[in-house]
Parts: sequence; structure tokens; C-alpha cells
Amino acid sequence: MSRIRKRYGMAVDTRTCVGCSACVIACKTENGVADGFCRDWITTSTTGAFPDLTMTIQSERCHHCEDAPCVGVCPTGASHYGPGGTVLVNQTKCTGCKACIAACPYGARFVDPRTGAVDKCTFCVHRTERGGATTACQDVCPTESIVFGDLNDPTSAIAQLIAKRERYTLLPEAGTRPKLFYLT
Amino acid sequence: MMQEITTTRGNHLIDPVLHIWHGEVALYLFLGGVVAGLMIITGWWKTRAPDAPQSRALSLLPWAAPVLLSLGMVFLWLDLEHRMNAFRFYLAFRPTSPMSWGSWILVAVYPASILLAWITTPTDLRTRITTKMPFRAAFERIGAWALAHTRLVARINVLAGAALGVYTGVLLGTIGARPLWNSAILGPLFLTSGLSTGAAFMLMARLADRERVVLSRVDMGLIVAELLLIGVWFTGLASAGGAAQVGLSALLGGPYTAAFWSLVIAAGLVAPLMAEWLEHRHQAIPGRFAAALVLMGGLALRWIIVYAGQYTGWASHVAAR
Repeated sequence: MSRIRKRYGMAVDTRTCVGCSACVIACKTENGVADGFCRDWITTSTTGAFPDLTMTIQSERCHHCEDAPCVGVCPTGASHYGPGGTVLVNQTKCTGCKACIAACPYGARFVDPRTGAVDKCTFCVHRTERGGATTACQDVCPTESIVFGDLNDPTSAIAQLIAKRERYTLLPEAGTRPKLFYLT
Repeated sequence: MMQEITTTRGNHLIDPVLHIWHGEVALYLFLGGVVAGLMIITGWWKTRAPDAPQSRALSLLPWAAPVLLSLGMVFLWLDLEHRMNAFRFYLAFRPTSPMSWGSWILVAVYPASILLAWITTPTDLRTRITTKMPFRAAFERIGAWALAHTRLVARINVLAGAALGVYTGVLLGTIGARPLWNSAILGPLFLTSGLSTGAAFMLMARLADRERVVLSRVDMGLIVAELLLIGVWFTGLASAGGAAQVGLSALLGGPYTAAFWSLVIAAGLVAPLMAEWLEHRHQAIPGRFAAALVLMGGLALRWIIVYAGQYTGWASHVAAR
């Protein structure tokens, strides 16, 4: 029997997310993110005409695109696809040329001022590849709005959510095939 | 209908607008363009008439290519955030990365430009240098090979120069996330601008009158081509999707409009074109005024495009659906 390759993705439920920023703080703590920077963030958008307004809250981060432009432009191979198709940065190979930052349509990358290398969300690969089932942001979400898992495993919570719920991705027109889904 | 987006993200150099590449990158792209122009023009000159008499300045000008390229590489290195890792560029070749292509093109540009410079150097000076060089025998062998293959070396310079000139534009043009840059026209535009600034750089030297006239005529054609390419670039963006139009708005009504139209179009292209045309009309020997304007315009073109391209992006379209 052939093994199906893992394909990590994340779903954020916009119906239940309250934008408390617990995910942002948890990520900073778990990953030791540099002061003043964040690997994930909250975006709130209000649309409509008063009084018919709709507010959507999104917990955003790297979309771990399947066709990631940041990987394509990297001249040294520092930006690469890791386990389960996660998009990672090998800091020892990174020159800090910033081409990947320019190429990311989501603004998900930044230069870590302590190392000069590019930093971004890793889907907490250091946890998930050691048997952990969750990311730090998912762990602390008080409304359980964040679900991480293997999109190729039909029994996983994320695969079932993606199959059942209405969803959207950000900037599908950029053609990057993001794996961060927003449930509506 | 309103759409208001707020975010908690405030990453340095990313928010509120991208600001990762600064003057160092613009200077590198400018110097890369001048070097490309120098290599193509001097190589073409040597291919066309390998034994024709040249002014001493024209004979020595090819040396400017490796010198200016080194200066450009210093600026590129200064732009790196992890400078001690610069050697990593040469431990990999990534075919999908224009920057990787550029790194390896530079490897070809250095020996090619130095060999051409050696060929064109006046014989008396070549002899003086040879006697003072360490590893004289090896040095003389390489020099003799280059002199025996003048046309080949010159043609390689034209090719390597073209690759370098196109690369400086492709580097930005392939970045889909920055709609202002994301155009196939940027490669030819930067190559044409590189040729024009290369010719202008040569005109700043003490060339013979007939050499000045040839270069000035070539430059006029290049400036016209550049204006046409900018028109095609703008038309392409204006007829593309919303993101491209937002990108273009940085130069048409946005914060870089005044700088672009005054420094690049008016002072950097139209004014030198008029000056050169008047010189030819009155059969005057082309001076340095127009050339200086072309050099300023070439630098401004890259500086403004580097900054304006970062000012807009897809990110401004990120919103809930």
C-alpha cells in the first residue's frame, strides 16, 4: 500500500474568531519571535453600508502556498518546502537578500534583526514533526477557531471541515494555491 | 459601500508599505546597467572594426566595466541583511530565481570584461603592465590568447552585457507580488536604459570627435526606444487587472508621480534627447551636458521604480470575502 504524502494546512473559523490575539502572543512565546515583530496577526475588515455592516476577523499568517513564489525566487535554496509542504526558511543558507519578502503577496515574511535571516510562520513544524498534533496558535485559541492538520488525511479534523464548510482563501488570483483556509 | 481593514501587524520594513530595498539596490541596478551598456557598446565597436584606430580614452574605457561592476557589487552586498552568508549565492544554482541567474552571470561578466579591456588597452601600456605582473608567463599566455581571439572576446562581451542588462530588469519584473514591477517589459527597458547610460558614461570621457558623434547618435535612438518601452509598460499595466492599475497609480497621480515625470521623463530622457538633437542639427560636437542628464535619468529611473514598486502590492487587496 502506498503512503499518501502529508499536506499540512490550516483552517480559521471566521464565525467564531473574536480577534483576541491569543494566537499572536502564543506564537511569539513558542517561537521566540523578535521584539516588535509577529509571525501571525489579526486582520479585521468591515464591509457594507451603515447600518448593514459585516465584520470579519481573520487570524493570518504565512499561507504555506503549494506554489510559493518565495521558494521560487530564493537564490540559495534557503526558502524551501519542508515536511507536509510547509514553507520554511533555512537560516544558515539565508543571505537576507529579501527577494522572498518582495515576492510574498501576503506580507508574511520579515527580516529577524537578531540574525539578519528571514523569519516567518513554520506551522510549528518543530512540534508537529515530533508527534505533536497542534500548533501553538491552535493550542491557545479560546474559541477553537484554528484547526491545523493533514489535508490529505480524510479522517483529520481539517479535511472534514474543508469538505463540509464554505470557505475562502486570500488572494486566489495571485495563483499561489494557499493552504490557509477561512471558514464562513 | 465601505470596506475598512485594520490589522495588528506592524512588522518593520513590511508595514504599512513594503520598504525592504533601498538606494543600494537602485545603485546596483544602475551600475549593472552602465556596465552592460559599456560591454555591449565597446564589444560591438571591437567586433565591427577590430583594427580601426581609437582614441586613447575609448581604448581604456572597457576597464570601467569591471571597476563599476565591483562598485555595484559592494552596494548589493551592503543591501544584504546577512552579509557573511553572501558566499551562499555560489553554492547553489536555482533556475527559477533571477537573483541566482544574476549571481552566475556576474561570474561570466568579470573575465569577459577584463579580457576585452586587455585587448583594447594600447600596446605600450600593455607592455608596461605585463612586465610588472606576478605570474608573468601565465598572464602573457592568457593575454596572447585574448589578442588572438579578439572577435570572440568582443562577441562574448556583447552577449554577457545583454544578459546582465536584461537581468537587472528581470530581477524586478518576475516578482508577481509587486504589480508595478511584474511586467516582461522591464527586462528590455532596463537593457535599453543600460545601453543609453553606458553610451552616456563613455561620452563623459575625452573621446575623439567622430566617436562622440557616433555615440550621441546611438544614444538618441536608445532614448526614443526607452520612451516607447515606458509607454508599452504603462499601457500593459493600465489594461491589466486592478492590482496592476493600483501599481501604476504610484507613477500616475500617486506619491512618485512628480519625481518620475520630472527626473526620469523630462530631465532624464526628453531634455537630453532635445540637447543631442540640437547638437546634431547644428553639427556641433556632442558635449557632456546631455550625457550627464542621461546618467542622472538612468539612476532616477531605477531608484523610483525600486521604491514605487514596493509602495503597492497585492497585500493592499487582502480582505475578507
